[in-house]
Amino acid sequence: MSVLQTKGLTKRYAGLTAVDGVDLTVETGEIHALIGPNGAGKSTLVGMVAGRTEPTSGEVWFKGENVTRLPAHARIRRGMAYTFQITSIYNQLSLLGNLELALRDSDPAKARAALDRVGLADRAEQLAGDLAYGHQRLLEIAMGVAQDPTLLILDEPTQGLAESEIAEFNALIASLAGDTTILLIEHNMNVVMELAHRITVLETGAVLASGAPAEIKANPEVQEAYLGHADA
Amino acid sequence: MTRSIALHLGLIAALVAAGLMLPAYHQGNLARILVLATYAMGYNVLFGYTGLLSLGHAMFFGAGMYGLGLAMQHGGVPALPAFGIGLAAAAALSAIVAMLALRTIGVAFMIVTLMFAQSAYLTVLYFGEWTRGDEGFVLQQATRQIAGLDLTNPLIRYYAALTVFTAALVITARMMQVRFGHTLIAIRENEERTRMLGYNTQAHKFAALVISGTLAGAAGASYALLFGYVGATFTSVQYSIFPLLWVLLGGAGTTIGPFIGTLFMFYLIDTTSGFTNAYLMIVGLVLVLLTLFARAGIMGEVRKRFAPWLP
Repeated sequence: MSVLQTKGLTKRYAGLTAVDGVDLTVETGEIHALIGPNGAGKSTLVGMVAGRTEPTSGEVWFKGENVTRLPAHARIRRGMAYTFQITSIYNQLSLLGNLELALRDSDPAKARAALDRVGLADRAEQLAGDLAYGHQRLLEIAMGVAQDPTLLILDEPTQGLAESEIAEFNALIASLAGDTTILLIEHNMNVVMELAHRITVLETGAVLASGAPAEIKANPEVQEAYLGHADA
Repeated sequence: MTRSIALHLGLIAALVAAGLMLPAYHQGNLARILVLATYAMGYNVLFGYTGLLSLGHAMFFGAGMYGLGLAMQHGGVPALPAFGIGLAAAAALSAIVAMLALRTIGVAFMIVTLMFAQSAYLTVLYFGEWTRGDEGFVLQQATRQIAGLDLTNPLIRYYAALTVFTAALVITARMMQVRFGHTLIAIRENEERTRMLGYNTQAHKFAALVISGTLAGAAGASYALLFGYVGATFTSVQYSIFPLLWVLLGGAGTTIGPFIGTLFMFYLIDTTSGFTNAYLMIVGLVLVLLTLFARAGIMGEVRKRFAPWLP
């Protein structure tokens, strides 16, 4: 069964079509990577999935329910979690405070456990704004993971992370696989190839190809459009 | 948590004692400060905790004041139910304003609230036959009593003011301990993040504005009842700016900051106007110095430097 399905999802901004009739299906438990050159419409697409952006036309189905008209917070309550491309945390609150809000639960033990998962438990009392960038990134991912979502949407999670941090990130995401379905926008092809079960390639707002990593790698159109110059 | 309860109880206890010990002049001042601090606390719910800057809170203060005043003056309603009418008027007005103004954010929100308040002020003037406009009207001494207690008696008036203040303090302090209050702070800190964590931020902002406006209305109704005067000045833009100043001075987003700010500003004006006509210059200078060196306000600085646990 698919967790998420978009049907003809389209977004037009005055004259520019950012996303053009995308049919995307994300199966339960898979890690689905969304790749494509800058401006291909990846963030706009997941924005429409999460309810941040209103589609011009088309539908979003989540767990068998048409959620196209639901506001973002209602979709999150139904089991989506979303991490921003540009780190978005509560700088003036402690890490615990951040997690308590993410958990919608003020039990500090649960918040600590969630921090422990990304190795930030020893900084629980610090202000989130005082963390190094990589740690802020991990905190944001921890906030998404802590919600125990059915579908975790990660918009370029490894952007700005060091190699060692990327390895930790990969391990964390791999540990979620099976229970949590993950929709991942990612530029780092090593991360994509290591984690993804399926890859969808977007170009100029439309799906160019979709399939297993090996198929995508072998696809000449994809190589032409994207892989060739992004990861030579 | 316990330190915070001790702080609030200590403040209330000190104010109870002050009512008996202060000379008449300062007792009268403090009664007025307590009512105005209630107004500031209401303002703080929206500005300090939710991060929404309103430039029109005088309309809510005025809704409480005129709701009570008109009901007593023209409807012959006794003081206690008239107080209820004042609260209801403020709650209804803030719900209407919230529905419309919360479609905007930032500067637009400031302008929209300012415009609504200006309309409220002009409405008061327009119905001058009933409101007596700028001149205002005085509530008859004989009608200003609740359950046989004469609210024109200075001591009773003081404790009535303290009762309203205490209720508002308990409500806001408690609110900030529970999830609802934490969510308001989350909205202030990062609204989009909060929305994308599954919180209905719009509904929370609506509730915050209604609570804030109703507390302001409670202060307005109390002011009319305790000091016996209802006038259009209290709905003017000046009275929308005052709570902003009090809260900024005392410490936005702290429970007792609004009281400290109101107290400080009241006595700053009172003291300086005692020895010079140019007292507003001194007041202005002090305000500039405070904003330069204590940007978080008095209690905000205390929290930053000495007591991070301060609610």
